[in-house]
Amino acid sequence: MFFLKSRPIEASSLHQPIILGKKARSMLESKGNSTFNKSTGLPRKRFYRARAHSNPLSDSHFPVPLSPQHVDYSLHFPQIFPSPDRSGDARRIEFADVGCGFGGLCISLSTLFPEKLMIGMEIRDKVTEYVKERILGLRTTNPGQYQNVSVVRTNSMKYIPNYFEKGQLSKMFFLFPDPHFKEKNHRRRVISPFLLDEYAYVLKEGGIIYTITDVEELGVWMRTCLENHPMFECITDEELEADPVVKLLVSATEEGQKVARNGGQTFQAVFRRVALSG
Amino acid sequence: MEEAQMKEEFKTETNETQMEEKETEDTQLEEKDSYLQTEVAPALIALHPFDQSIAVTVGSELRIFNLVKNCAVSLADESKEMLHRDSIRALRFSDSGKLLVSAGDDKLVKIWGAESWQCLCTVNSEKRVSAVAISKDEQYVCFADKFGVVWIVDLVGLAENQPNPDKNAVAIFGHYCSIITSLEFSPDGRFIVSADRDFKIRVSVFPKYPLKGVHEIQSFCLGHSEFVSCLTFVHNSDFPQGFLVSGSGDSTVCMWDVTSGSLLCTSDVGREANLSEESHPAVTDLYATADGSLVAVAIQRQALEIPLSFDLLLSILQGILLLSCDLSAKRLSMLKVVPVPGETFIPTRLGTKLSGNLLWMVTGASNLPGTKESSFARIRAVSCFKKKSNDSDLEPRVLEDTEVPGGDQLLEKLQGSVSVESTVFSAAADALNAAMSSLLRKKQYSDEKRDFRKKTRNDKKFKQ
Repeated sequence: MFFLKSRPIEASSLHQPIILGKKARSMLESKGNSTFNKSTGLPRKRFYRARAHSNPLSDSHFPVPLSPQHVDYSLHFPQIFPSPDRSGDARRIEFADVGCGFGGLCISLSTLFPEKLMIGMEIRDKVTEYVKERILGLRTTNPGQYQNVSVVRTNSMKYIPNYFEKGQLSKMFFLFPDPHFKEKNHRRRVISPFLLDEYAYVLKEGGIIYTITDVEELGVWMRTCLENHPMFECITDEELEADPVVKLLVSATEEGQKVARNGGQTFQAVFRRVALSG
Repeated sequence: MEEAQMKEEFKTETNETQMEEKETEDTQLEEKDSYLQTEVAPALIALHPFDQSIAVTVGSELRIFNLVKNCAVSLADESKEMLHRDSIRALRFSDSGKLLVSAGDDKLVKIWGAESWQCLCTVNSEKRVSAVAISKDEQYVCFADKFGVVWIVDLVGLAENQPNPDKNAVAIFGHYCSIITSLEFSPDGRFIVSADRDFKIRVSVFPKYPLKGVHEIQSFCLGHSEFVSCLTFVHNSDFPQGFLVSGSGDSTVCMWDVTSGSLLCTSDVGREANLSEESHPAVTDLYATADGSLVAVAIQRQALEIPLSFDLLLSILQGILLLSCDLSAKRLSMLKVVPVPGETFIPTRLGTKLSGNLLWMVTGASNLPGTKESSFARIRAVSCFKKKSNDSDLEPRVLEDTEVPGGDQLLEKLQGSVSVESTVFSAAADALNAAMSSLLRKKQYSDEKRDFRKKTRNDKKFKQ
């Protein structure tokens, strides 16, 4: 801590991995851009530390839109929707990354599908804050780009229908979700037989759900849930080969990169939403 | 400015230890209170669709009166094992009137034959049951638990005189960890509608083989800004599918098209009945007439935070609201207030049969803390609950006890006694309000208090 006294704050925070107390951090923030990387203009992750887990069962205390019509597109995509009445554009959000974490996949998808609108959903407020700053930073440094991506803090296990209308989404991502090993906590898993009903509701027919994990047990669980659900069918290997998004599941996400770094295994399950037969 | 803030912070830090001690006490008290509060259960009422009998519950007690023979009915087997052991929270006759289903806090769902009053079947639930519904073809009973899971029991092979105790429930769909407050089948039997405390109404397609699960969601009806407390369908021969009407803790009644989930009309009953703006009394129950022209609305007693003058006290709603319902224009509009003269009668549940024009109301509670008689029930009936007519004699009004069908015998059976001491009514109404809001309203904590609660979570306590 004595560095703080002897050196200018910005300099110390650039070079020293000091774990700062709450007060020191708030002082840093009040000084301006020190939580941002000077060369890239992007937020620095270490200032957005958060607990790895969040209880999805607890009552939420953040604002939730009353219905999908109440989602303010002008806040999320100001260049595309200048006014809150959505008059500027007929497009709607089509991709949802549920539990987007630090936003790696959203950022990659944004340039891969520049015409599609996409949103990351994350329950941890600090992490959401980081992704928000990251997107704002990218928009500033790359004018005209990253206007189609945004992030929202929410509990998607409870409020997915408040954000999307029936059949609105064409892709949903569940990448490296919390494994919740204990049996009594299985109901906290983001892929579960009952929640798949809701995901099938917001996905259009032919829409694709991507799941991946580095935990074998969870991988088996997610695949079994999807296989047993009458409104999802498995996608063939040839189609997976041809889908540019599948490669991003590991390479674009922070968790995926970590697994690759450690030489770990991943388990993916990619399914298509189909009409209910019979 | 910043300095002042720093000082403030320092001050709170030094006081923290003292505050924590005090807060522990507070939270403990609070939790104990809310635990007691949620045990208070409202009295329920259900009417046989063809007017043969009327059922009332108070706490764990199920009381039946036969309206045809004008006599009290005793359940076929009144031995202890056959009865409910804790408050009944859901009560419903099937559409044909053959079955009555009761369920509640003792995690038992009991299916009664409405002729013999035998318990045909008892189903064990994993959690406390909060709502029940019976499919239109009477093949299935669905019930919802407090964890948001809807279960189904198929009634094949269930017949009077051969009680079949071995029925198991299968989970068919769920609201993610949210108390389900109401379950309802659409009039054509195509949809099952469920409402929860997270402001949501889910309309699911009820499949041919529901035991395999109910996966297809038709729509979500979203627009309430508080818990949804009750659902009913308004329909008639011109509109056989009808529209869904829902009541909520935000003091509104909404009308929905279930196929699309679109909101057709909102009636702010709190405001339209000229109730004070701040209190936002919750809508507790709804009932529509068979021709779909009227909707009766029961609302909570308003919280009285400030002492009121006598005039104001009189203007507090005691009774029910009637909304007129125009199905072709898809509109609900305030028609009138039917006052209950003489007593503080805040109905806890409404009931009516398919034909006829009596609307039954019950007020009552069980497990009332701090009173001599811990439970009571009071029954009233409103006449001329049908489409408004020009004849002023046919205005809806509350019947005197002597005019109620069944008279004293009915009151004695269903209320427990002919006359009920009305002094407990307002205390009970307040206790029920508190119970309902502690169960269904989201608790609002200040930031410090929330942090404190995080620190003292149960899973952390064990580690010490």
